[in-house]
Amino acid sequence: MSQSTMTTGRRSVFSRPRAERGFTSWITTTDHKKIGIMYFFTVLVFFTLGGAESGVIRAQLAQAEMDLVTAEIYNQVFTMHGLTMVFLVIMPLGAAFFNYIIPLQIGARDVAFPRLNAFSYWMYLFGGIFLYSSFLLGGAPNGGWFGYAPLSLDNVSNMAFYAVGLQLLGVSSLSAAVNFITTILNMRAPGLTFMRMPMFIWMSLVTNFLLLFALPIIAVALFMLQFDTIFGSQFFNPATGGDPILWQHLFWLFGHPEVYIMILPAMGIVSEILPVFSRKPLFGYAAVAFAGAAIGFIGFGVWAHHMFTSAIGPVARSAFALSTMFIAVPTGIKIFNWVFTMWGGKLRFTTPMLFSIGFVSMFTIGGLSGVTHAVVPHNAQQTDTYYIVAHFHYVLFGGALFALIAGVYYWFPKVTGKLMDEKLGKTHFWTWLLGFNLTFGPMHMSGLLGQPRRTAVLPEELGGSVELYNLLSSIGVAVLAVSALIFLFNLIKSIRGGVASGPDPWDARTIEWLSDSPPKHYNFAEIPTISHRDEFWHRKYAEDEAGKPVAVPAGASEQHVPDAEHAEGDHDGHHIHMPDPSYWPLVMCLGMFPVGYGLLGPTPWLIGIGVVWVLMGFFGWIIEPVAEGDDDDPVVEDPAAPRSGVAAH
Amino acid sequence: MRDRTAMRAANRRRTRVSTILVFALGLFLAACEAPQSALAPEGPYAQAPHDLIKPVFAIALFVFILVQGLIIYSVVKFRRRPDDDGSLPAQVHGNTRLEIFWTVIPALILAGIAVPTVQMIFSTMAEPEGEFMTVEVVGHRWWWEFYYPDYDIYTANELVIPVDTAVRLEMTAADPARDAANGVIHSFWIPKWAGKQDVVPGQTTFLNVEAAEVGRYLGACAEYCGLSHVNMRIRGESLEQADFDAWVDNQTSPAVEPTDGLAAQGAELFGTEHNTDIGARSCAACHQVWDGEGTRTPGVGPDLTHFASREEFAGAIFDVDDEEQLRDWLRDPPAMKPMQPENAVGMPDLNLSEEEIDALVAYLYALE
Repeated sequence: MSQSTMTTGRRSVFSRPRAERGFTSWITTTDHKKIGIMYFFTVLVFFTLGGAESGVIRAQLAQAEMDLVTAEIYNQVFTMHGLTMVFLVIMPLGAAFFNYIIPLQIGARDVAFPRLNAFSYWMYLFGGIFLYSSFLLGGAPNGGWFGYAPLSLDNVSNMAFYAVGLQLLGVSSLSAAVNFITTILNMRAPGLTFMRMPMFIWMSLVTNFLLLFALPIIAVALFMLQFDTIFGSQFFNPATGGDPILWQHLFWLFGHPEVYIMILPAMGIVSEILPVFSRKPLFGYAAVAFAGAAIGFIGFGVWAHHMFTSAIGPVARSAFALSTMFIAVPTGIKIFNWVFTMWGGKLRFTTPMLFSIGFVSMFTIGGLSGVTHAVVPHNAQQTDTYYIVAHFHYVLFGGALFALIAGVYYWFPKVTGKLMDEKLGKTHFWTWLLGFNLTFGPMHMSGLLGQPRRTAVLPEELGGSVELYNLLSSIGVAVLAVSALIFLFNLIKSIRGGVASGPDPWDARTIEWLSDSPPKHYNFAEIPTISHRDEFWHRKYAEDEAGKPVAVPAGASEQHVPDAEHAEGDHDGHHIHMPDPSYWPLVMCLGMFPVGYGLLGPTPWLIGIGVVWVLMGFFGWIIEPVAEGDDDDPVVEDPAAPRSGVAAH
Repeated sequence: MRDRTAMRAANRRRTRVSTILVFALGLFLAACEAPQSALAPEGPYAQAPHDLIKPVFAIALFVFILVQGLIIYSVVKFRRRPDDDGSLPAQVHGNTRLEIFWTVIPALILAGIAVPTVQMIFSTMAEPEGEFMTVEVVGHRWWWEFYYPDYDIYTANELVIPVDTAVRLEMTAADPARDAANGVIHSFWIPKWAGKQDVVPGQTTFLNVEAAEVGRYLGACAEYCGLSHVNMRIRGESLEQADFDAWVDNQTSPAVEPTDGLAAQGAELFGTEHNTDIGARSCAACHQVWDGEGTRTPGVGPDLTHFASREEFAGAIFDVDDEEQLRDWLRDPPAMKPMQPENAVGMPDLNLSEEEIDALVAYLYALE
């Protein structure tokens, strides 16, 4: 099929690849669905690595004064655990959902910039590989994911890998943000007004605006850090008038919006799942949407609450205490709306629903401990202890990760056309909930009882109760490991031989379920016209005379059966112009390796090679035909020759 | 890394035994025995935030019960029954009154917490009212230096203060050769005396502490500061005023000068500021032992003028009284505590002979 249009000797190097199956089709794809799937599986790999690192941490701290690993290794491991889970797991897992779900939920056929989308993925993958290659090249960064200067300026901290690696990952996220914002703003189906958008789209939009504004800040900070180490630019060096606190401000001015970048997609997912399995619309749609937007705005004004014990004065401490307390209000609004979405419904406890309820419950705990942090005089006791570790794991694990896993279970049938095993799914949920609370619950106590963070051993002098809590945490990680294996097993089992799901296994509400499962590469044969919030649900249910919702009898509506459109139009995608695959995003990103390694310092000449490579890729990107068949190639003028790869099948 | 000696191994054995004990005693034990607890203040600067957070914890607990209760109630009450007829529940889209309610009420509660919070931020950061003592604190990788400007005393890791007296710590960070360029951020924290405050190279930060009881208190560096962050602990020692005065008298006197025997050999080996002709291996190149001549000027490492008057050394992780530990330390410091002498941070292995170690130990123990 892919060779069918091989016109002898006329295809130039700039022609587009045509493979639709196999390895080449994946590495050249510009299909948002394939890219989403690649994000997901890459995340699984990094999640395994980050999980293994947490295993090392908890093994070392299971008892006092253990020396399973040296302090040097421990410090590398906890730094990489943080970097991995933030930049290589939770953020890209969100991106996996953005990729797969956004175009489907807004009734589009792909994202606005398909090649840029592929570029984002390759930058993510290569950024992750680059970061992890540090283990083989002299040691991983050991200065913490927060990279506080001047420690991070020290050459023994290996933080050059951090500065360059995060820069690469930042480029990935930034280009993805531009892509998704454009997609959501410009490519919604007719009639899909803002106030009809699924909540996941709302939260994705807010998240990507946060990325757009927050990432340049960390980019600047990382450049400054690198200029300090390579060129001696003295931004953060106190000996020459630089200011280490400036790094903290820049880092957290990015770092706090980053927290919302991780949690808002999760909130969007839960806002999709709870209504479906409660069989009710989302309670307070407008309140949830605007609370999300409010969190996005206020999220830029709370960063110094990470620095309450840093060298900042009482006015700054007070101002950020107030803004931090204030941001609890929109967060609370969301929680109450989710609870009242369930209120009065008919709840079906499928695995995605269980994970969503788990999210609301666990995230509430993280939110409440967050409010206690805002009490600045006592924050001085809490900060940099395990109490904080407990808090942010309740937000990012009990919150973000629970919801993202809910999303995996929920949209798995969409992606594969098969259901995940419910029994294994429920086992996964209950072991996950148990392991999670066993791991992070005791940390509240061990922190308040005086255990500082980031210590390579658990000091015996902290006392038996702190030791006990640490042992419980370590047992909890073992439970989580077992639970993760159940999840993995379920994934593999269900991909191979899951029960066929049909097009609408959950009685869903949003239009991604209007397409096939798995969707055709063009998503919708005909772009749906939207006339309601929860459009798909309204195509399935109408109101009777009393205003009570009833199911539309089969056949009464032309549109209610997902496949109806295909039947009526006899569409097989022949006329649909889809973006063609391209080698160039991959080629261009490969050049980032020499650039990255060159920027580390010792081998600057690599930068030259990399820049030439990237420019070459950039050139190819520009010069390749917009679509196969739009080429100036005279052979295509021949009416006998098929015009495009899509047409060829 | 090389083994951390028999003492660590013994510690681990004890740990295992104590872990079993802990299991046996269960949560009863968990309720007590936490010498670095932030929940048991023993001084006004720790007590005030503690009193402030207690009602906040209570409110948080109330909201926790409320939300979790609502979730559990919904899950139980509104679950789909086995005899469900397949009809849809009432399609409620929202409720404006409820939205206003759960916007305004949390905002009011938070405002109630915010007012005393802001007041206390200012009151705890201001200079103590009335008379107070000043101690200058320098965070080094990985030990603490304390300088008492009123008495011209240098000491390390153990902050000795009189009971019921406010002490204002003026803190900064520096590293080899007092070079702020190499200093990194630390955080000073003795939880029973006060919350923590970061210690920043090139800047001065302040922290008020006060002890309400006589005793010895645990503390630690709380801001990640690199390789041996965990080995940068703090001891707070609060003494009755008379005992404190006696301590000051001892600390302000010059170091003893042993005249004969092993200790004198040790003194010879140690070197002095005026006699460093044994070169790079001279202890005095980095450690001050003030002999009464000239001014006290600290070296790169901790002041050892009254080393034997302290209870712990090397970032307060080893007991001064434990001669074996001291010997092991002198034999190979980076093996005992991870350090980076190649990066000019921490004490290098000086390749001392056993005889030299005997002499140095005798000398160090003479420095009462």
